[in-house]
Amino acid sequence: MSTPLSRIRNFSIVAHIDHGKSTLADRLIQLTGTVAERDMKEQMLDAMDIERERGITIKANTVRIDYPAKDGHTYVLNLIDTPGHVDFGYEVSRSMQAVEGSLLVVDATQGVEAQTLANVYTAIEADHEIVPVLNKVDLPAAEPDRVREQIEDVIGIDASEACLISAKTGVGIPDVLEAIVNRLPPPPEGDPDKPLKAMLVDSKYDQYLGVICIVRIIDGTLKKGDRIRMMKTGGTYDVDDVGVYRPAMTHVKSLGAGEIGYLNASIKQVRDTRVGDTITHEKRPCETPLPGFKPSVPVVFCGLFPVDANDFEDMRDAIEKLALNDASFTYEMETSAALGFGFRCGFLGLLHLEVIRDRLEREYDIELITTAPSVIYHLFRKDGERVDLHNPADMPDMTYVSHIEEPRIKATVMVPDEYLGDVLKLCQERRGIQLDLTYVGGRAMTVYDLPLNEVVFDFYDRLKSVTKGYASFDYEMIGYREDNLVKMSILVNDEPVDALAMMVHRDRAEMRGRAMCEKLKELIPRHMFKIPIQAAIGGKVIARETLSAMRKDVTAKCYGGDATRKKKLLEKQKAGKKKMRQFGKVEIPQEAFISALKMDS
Amino acid sequence: MAENWQTGGFGLYVHWPFCEAKCPYCDFNSHVTRKVDHARWRRAFLSEIARVSAETGPRVLSSIFFGGGTPSLMPPDLVGDIVTAACAAWTPANDLEVTLEANPRSVEANRFEGFRDGGVNRISMGLQALNDHDLRQLGRLHSVAEAKAAFDVARSVFHRISFDLIYARQSQSEEDWRRELSEALEMAADHLSLYQLTIEPGTAFWERDRRGALPGLPDEDRAADMYEITQELCDAAGLPAYEVSNHAQPGSESRHNLIYWRYGDYVGIGPGAHGRLGSGDGRIATEAWRNPGAWLDAAEAGDGTRITNPVPRDEQATECLMMGLRLREGLLLQRLQALDPRVASARARAALQEDGLIWERDGQVGATDRGRLLLNSVVGALLPDQP
Ligand SMILES: Nc1nc2c(ncn2[C@@H]2O[C@H](COP(=O)(O)OP(=O)(O)O)[C@@H](O)[C@H]2O)c(=O)[nH]1
Ligand SMILES: C[S@@+](CC[C@H](N)C(=O)[O-])C[C@H]1O[C@@H](n2cnc3c(N)ncnc32)[C@H](O)[C@@H]1O
Ligand code: SF4
Ligand SMILES: [Mg+2]
Repeated sequence: MSTPLSRIRNFSIVAHIDHGKSTLADRLIQLTGTVAERDMKEQMLDAMDIERERGITIKANTVRIDYPAKDGHTYVLNLIDTPGHVDFGYEVSRSMQAVEGSLLVVDATQGVEAQTLANVYTAIEADHEIVPVLNKVDLPAAEPDRVREQIEDVIGIDASEACLISAKTGVGIPDVLEAIVNRLPPPPEGDPDKPLKAMLVDSKYDQYLGVICIVRIIDGTLKKGDRIRMMKTGGTYDVDDVGVYRPAMTHVKSLGAGEIGYLNASIKQVRDTRVGDTITHEKRPCETPLPGFKPSVPVVFCGLFPVDANDFEDMRDAIEKLALNDASFTYEMETSAALGFGFRCGFLGLLHLEVIRDRLEREYDIELITTAPSVIYHLFRKDGERVDLHNPADMPDMTYVSHIEEPRIKATVMVPDEYLGDVLKLCQERRGIQLDLTYVGGRAMTVYDLPLNEVVFDFYDRLKSVTKGYASFDYEMIGYREDNLVKMSILVNDEPVDALAMMVHRDRAEMRGRAMCEKLKELIPRHMFKIPIQAAIGGKVIARETLSAMRKDVTAKCYGGDATRKKKLLEKQKAGKKKMRQFGKVEIPQEAFISALKMDS
Repeated sequence: MAENWQTGGFGLYVHWPFCEAKCPYCDFNSHVTRKVDHARWRRAFLSEIARVSAETGPRVLSSIFFGGGTPSLMPPDLVGDIVTAACAAWTPANDLEVTLEANPRSVEANRFEGFRDGGVNRISMGLQALNDHDLRQLGRLHSVAEAKAAFDVARSVFHRISFDLIYARQSQSEEDWRRELSEALEMAADHLSLYQLTIEPGTAFWERDRRGALPGLPDEDRAADMYEITQELCDAAGLPAYEVSNHAQPGSESRHNLIYWRYGDYVGIGPGAHGRLGSGDGRIATEAWRNPGAWLDAAEAGDGTRITNPVPRDEQATECLMMGLRLREGLLLQRLQALDPRVASARARAALQEDGLIWERDGQVGATDRGRLLLNSVVGALLPDQP
């Protein structure tokens, strides 16, 4: 009972964060009666706690909507909700390949932002038909005309027939549904009789059902009982169930060409599946897999250590479990003199890092110390060999190194004129090279070539603060380049603390070193003795602070009745020390390892 | 070595839980009540003495301490009856010390002779401050003039007199304290207790401080400076510190409080009173019902204690260390390590000695002047890592 292709529309929604993508999806689901009114909740499609809390989408979701159009026919609309963040750029581009059109949602009070651009370009690259949608017209600050013009100027697509809507009040939603049917194309001709060719859009773990894959059928038919093969990973599985999301999982007999749905095939681990892989039948495989498959590679690294060393084994279990569900996250054991046993983990970006760390802390109840995020440096030894440096602590003696290359990004920042000066200053401070600067209706767009290292840590926070939240930011990797980079060590009480070592540009070393020492002086509590805190390059000290000794820590009164109470207090004090890391004679609070690196100005 | 609790001495603590008003900094078990049925309290105290003495058996009693609350509000004959009963229940030492805490007001001063006749031979007066502004800020009911008058009465009645001051008060400068302490040392007899104001949880000051309504309290450095000034002036006046906050002419130390710090035995009766009693090889901790009414009921029913717990040896070691290091004389290392060999390990001691925080001499270990100011950290460093 496959739906004729002419009655299918597959689409996604692209938008900058908070422009109303999730709200619009909710309205589409609601207006078409896909979900009973009483089951309706906000942000239907964001399933994970973290997604709901942060208002971000991490895993792709799909929903199938039956829409009786004005032309008298009922259409099947498949919406794929893609992650919107740069960290998941590859996943986004794959999801986009699975649909034929996009709604471009722009907040009519804000206009085009950096993520609008990044996402719409991915849609254009995927050959999408695009319907501009101006949202939030219920707000008095909405300027649909100005934003329409901006879309035409900046993105270069016709916005004269943009839908004006309020996803909040529901105004204009019927027009959006009609536009989907009338302005987006049906799936291209697929052949239901050809060998199965389907794209794995995303997969996720369900604690009851195991791994569920979201698939888009290109050719052929997929049904329960089929034996399938993943063409890249080589795994073969028996299909237990196929169905669609409405948004609850709903079993169907088969999925035909042009359709989007899920499959469940007793796959044990998400890691066994690869986003973008081609699914075919084992017996009658298709000839060529889908083009453009590439495994995702981590670009940001940091150390994760349990606060309580006794949690190490639990942490290992948790990390292994999480990794099973996320092929883009890498880990290897690491030992640090300062922090003990832990893991060096690789992530697609900072958000990805935060998401994984959050999940470890929350779902597995393990308190973690996170060390400074770092990137992969390419070290070229004098003998010509290239070494990939994931951890500044592993930096060899400079006498063996001929030069060091670091990853660079192309960053796009959009910001109201009045903050442009601060943004340029920030980018300059972070060793940026300006590539472009243009103005579009009261907003400036600047493009910088920046070292990724300068961005991974607190660039985004700083950007938000200097622009009062008005800037938007996006980036892509552009390759490696040589620079004058050195390892800066931090010595506390004359001993190097490996977890605080970092790679810096030689010209910025003194400044960073001073800032680090000052910060640490605030973060480390006074001890019974005075503590020198130094920053050094090789054997040369470049900055120094002294934390003076604690002077008074004594209970004024302690008589017979106080013995019990004071003893309890001592025990509590002792327990509090567990939150600190013993380093030589010095105890360093866990938050110091991250806070010390934040740069205020 | 068996724990030699008998060497620390043996004392009786009697808690009188009533005051005329609650001071805003005070977290003692003290209550304001309109009427106290003295006959009931007398019966309760006397029956508690009988009960405990049956448990301890015969011992030489070296001290009785009436603390509070405000025990100077007790009828002198009640104090006398308790002293008499205690001396009958145990064997009083020849130099038995009987201390009573007194608030420096005229009403109480009128009772001083009665207390002396009842057996009290040492008085400890809560002067707290020597200027009226600060007394008011501390919520005290007396004025400097009234306190000095009460003190003069005390001098004419008792030989051994101590008084308490609270310093490191709001907006008190180092110079202010220097002046006030000099004046106090002019007045002082043989003993002084000088406490830095502590903002205790559950008090009115705690709440105020939390709201930021207690400005001008000294920071760590100023508090340390004031402590050092205190040591300097008291040393010069011949009243050196023998404990963190207690100063005496040599020989005039409070025998009662030394029992606590030398981790000796003490019986505690009255609401909320604590005790430590050796029994055979072990040690028992007792704690009486805290609420005055509840204690009275329980005592009348035969036993005022709420908790009687053996103290495990490692906890005895902690208590012994924590109390002993408060004393300038320090404590016997061997006694500690017999209780828990992990305590005060050679390594921990070496590190602290290197930093000039403790000393060792003839098997004794003690805190240096600098170490005493950091005692909580020093004790923490001497305790084993795994409890
Ligand atoms: N006033 C108004 N607020 C809206 C509208 N659409 C979305 N919002 C609000 O904008 C915020 C971001 O919306 P959301 O759908 O989560 O954005 P997303 O990040 O693109 O998914 C939420 O607080 C929504 O309630 C609208 O049409 N009008
Ligand atoms: C049991 S109390 C008071 C005895 C008597 N009721 C009086 O107030 O004078 C013993 C002493 O502890 C001191 N003290 C009480 N609370 C204090 C605090 N929060 N900080 C510092 N010293 C305190 C006072 O000096 C007080 O005299
Ligand atoms: S300080 Fe003394 S008088 Fe004031 S409430 Fe406490 S015990 Fe009573
Ligand atoms: Mg959203």
